[in-house]
Amino acid sequence: MLEIRNLHKSLGGKHVLRGVNLVVEKGEALVVIGGSGCGKSVMLKHILGLMKPDQGSIHIDGRDIAKLTERELYGVRQQFGMLFQAAALFDSMTVADNVSFALDEHSKFSTAEKKEIVAKKLGIVGLPGVEKMFPADLSGGMKKRVALARAIAADPDFLLYDEPTTGLDPIMSDVINELIVKLKKTLKVTSIVVTHDMASARKIADRIAMLHEGTIRIHATPDEVYASDDPIVKRFINGQASEEQMKEVWGYTATQAGEGAKG
Amino acid sequence: MTSAIPGVQALTSIFRTAGGVFLLLLETVRAAFGRWPRRRVMVDQFYLIGYRSTPVVLTTGLFTGMVLAVQSFNQFRRVNITSMVGAVVGVSMVKELGPVLSGLMLAGRVGAAITAEIGTMSVTEQVDALRALATNPVRWLVLPRVLAAVLMTPILTLMADLVGIVGGSFILVGFLKVEWHFHYTNLLDWLKVWDVSVGCAKSSCFGLLIALISSYKGLNTEPGAAGVGKAATEAVVTSCIMILISDFFLTVAFAAIKPDWAN
Ligand SMILES: Nc1ncnc2c1ncn2[C@@H]1O[C@H](COP(=O)(O)OP(=O)(O)O)[C@@H](O)[C@H]1O
Ligand SMILES: [Mg+2]
Repeated sequence: MLEIRNLHKSLGGKHVLRGVNLVVEKGEALVVIGGSGCGKSVMLKHILGLMKPDQGSIHIDGRDIAKLTERELYGVRQQFGMLFQAAALFDSMTVADNVSFALDEHSKFSTAEKKEIVAKKLGIVGLPGVEKMFPADLSGGMKKRVALARAIAADPDFLLYDEPTTGLDPIMSDVINELIVKLKKTLKVTSIVVTHDMASARKIADRIAMLHEGTIRIHATPDEVYASDDPIVKRFINGQASEEQMKEVWGYTATQAGEGAKG
Repeated sequence: MTSAIPGVQALTSIFRTAGGVFLLLLETVRAAFGRWPRRRVMVDQFYLIGYRSTPVVLTTGLFTGMVLAVQSFNQFRRVNITSMVGAVVGVSMVKELGPVLSGLMLAGRVGAAITAEIGTMSVTEQVDALRALATNPVRWLVLPRVLAAVLMTPILTLMADLVGIVGGSFILVGFLKVEWHFHYTNLLDWLKVWDVSVGCAKSSCFGLLIALISSYKGLNTEPGAAGVGKAATEAVVTSCIMILISDFFLTVAFAAIKPDWAN
């Protein structure tokens, strides 16, 4: 079980996280939604201990990882796979070396076994045969999928996905969604998926949490979230701009803009 | 607020860097006693820092030796001891000019490259990706660069010394008609094993400073492409200044411990 308690974090003089409370049960897939820049990536980084909270704690299977030293955290992180928002592949290494990084560092597999695992994971993300290429030779979507292969290479217990389908075409997005579901079902992986994509949220989520202005606005099952009458939640789900945002674009209020926006 | 006073701000920044570099040194030493990164990662750095710096360092050494010969010759001719010029060139190269000028050139070439590479990795989250994959970035990124710099800088310096002396001798004997026999005996008479060793020890220290300062600046790069440029500039300037400052103190320290046999 993973639990975030009263997490606060300020970055660059901005109070980004303002008391986040969240529980993720073992084997569950939690989808985190929320506007750009609201702190979703920052929250994921706290779960891995890549950032230290200003206040609050993060408990993984009962251990408060905010209290661990960087050295102790290396042990904890071996149970995790993380897909970074911008892929964060190692530029100086081939795709194969990127994907097998965790295996090279922390496993006793032979070279042949590792090669087989790399080929298998690249196959899963729909990129067979790209082993010898370098990240610079790949498109944005391909980088993301290689990064996903790297995250799942060592079969982690927890997977953190930061916008896994952003920048992918609809079909590849669906493949990744199915993959997330499959990993959850077959390997009992506990997943946290940050996304803007409500279609994938619907497909993946056991629960959805919405981060808004530094706190969790709603944390419920997808059906409950869709049925919510909280205007902020509703607007996000339906992809609607707020009155103020409409006014900024059109120069007058949303009701007046109605005709203009539609036709 | 201290930030209102520029002098105080500059001073705190110097102390912060010095503290950070010192902690990085401790962490690197600690990493050196653990498992080293795989051989490819180490060899790459020896190649980049050592082999690829040879042209720059050799050119520096050659022209420094030659100009030193011409300048000293003009001075020594007045007192008719031109056969001593070669010895002056040799001693100056080995004790000061070889180590310091090679150090400064390497600060520009190697220091900027280290900071730019690690800095780019920081801002593209590759350093976070290393940590997420349970790998200490100090062990993976800093240790190979520090080892390569500490071991390769004295070798490069010796090469600079050698071509400087050969170049100087070529000018003196070839063009300025100094008698080869006197030139040669004086040179050998004045060049001391101790001085050559001190020169090597000093250049090792310069290599350590360059690699540590540049790595530190890289790991602490501010987000964005501008941050990388700023960090690289700071790394080169700080490394150069630290080379000149530490050269003075190292020279004094080695003079103090000079054993009798070296006189
Ligand atoms: N390393 C950092 N330094 C300063 N500010 C940061 C840093 N990382 C994130 N921020 C700021 O924190 C806020 C939340 O960022 P982020 O978590 O990336 O948003 P998102 O929800 O889109 O993932 C943003 O305003 C961003 O500018
Ligand atoms: Mg983000």
